[in-house]
Amino acid sequence: MTAAVVAPGAYLAVGAALFAIGAFGVLTRRNPLVMFMSVELMLNAVNLTFVTFARSLNDVGGQVIVFFVLVVAAAEVVVGLGIIVALLRRRPGATADDVAELRG
Amino acid sequence: MGKLTMLAEISGLGVEHVVFILASLATLLSAVGVVTSRSPVHSALSLVATLFGVAVLFVAQDAHFLAAVQVIVYAGAIVVLFLFVIMLLGVDRLEDIETEPLVAQRPLALLAGAAFAVLAGLVYALTDRDFGGIVTGAPSQAGVLARSGSQNVTNLATSVFTDYLYAFEITSVLLIIAVVGAVVLARRTPEPDETSP
Repeated sequence: MTAAVVAPGAYLAVGAALFAIGAFGVLTRRNPLVMFMSVELMLNAVNLTFVTFARSLNDVGGQVIVFFVLVVAAAEVVVGLGIIVALLRRRPGATADDVAELRG
Repeated sequence: MGKLTMLAEISGLGVEHVVFILASLATLLSAVGVVTSRSPVHSALSLVATLFGVAVLFVAQDAHFLAAVQVIVYAGAIVVLFLFVIMLLGVDRLEDIETEPLVAQRPLALLAGAAFAVLAGLVYALTDRDFGGIVTGAPSQAGVLARSGSQNVTNLATSVFTDYLYAFEITSVLLIIAVVGAVVLARRTPEPDETSP
């Protein structure tokens, strides 16, 4: 019995929807931490797309890219949360709009 | 047992279809939960659910190593880091998500998000469904994808440590830079009367 396989387009559609939800979150929320989490959603959508193409093009390079995206995302979260900690320590109730008032 | 097999044969649904539908539903519903929760802690927990859903989708696509790394690194370290920061700073106060700083911000954001999704759908629909035709047709640079679990790790490791060794070393430097940067950023500047004599 041949196994039924899900078309790659379905995975791409899920990735696109995930990306759209993340974009909506970045554009709408003002809490810097939740904005950051929405960026992580977008990164996950991209990872899913890469893995889908790795499978359909039969190229492990897609998975290598995802490997590096994971590493860079981890580094980005570390630095970004450091910035948020430095910011919110000075002004506890800060939102993304208040960051515009930073002065050198 | 016999009835399920007959049902599967009639409807054309395989195991992968069922796994895909369940995991996609969980992922997308949790993602909506991330962006609409009032409390950042609820958003972080929904993010964990989303990451697990994406890991299941990875497994369904023969990316076993990446699924494991996703759970360990993303759900196990990054989200925990988020929760640490939330608890450290006490920002788990409920956000006021009713007021809009810009006029019509939320409908415009919905529009932008929908536009992204439609764009991706158009790219898929207008290009050749047989993916061999979209890209340049050049042979795969990084080697053939392997289906079974242990071969997947072997192929991925061979690729990373031979073809992409330079990128690998650069990312290790990047991680060190990130750690140093975080320590410097989160350091408390000493008060004038705290300086050592």
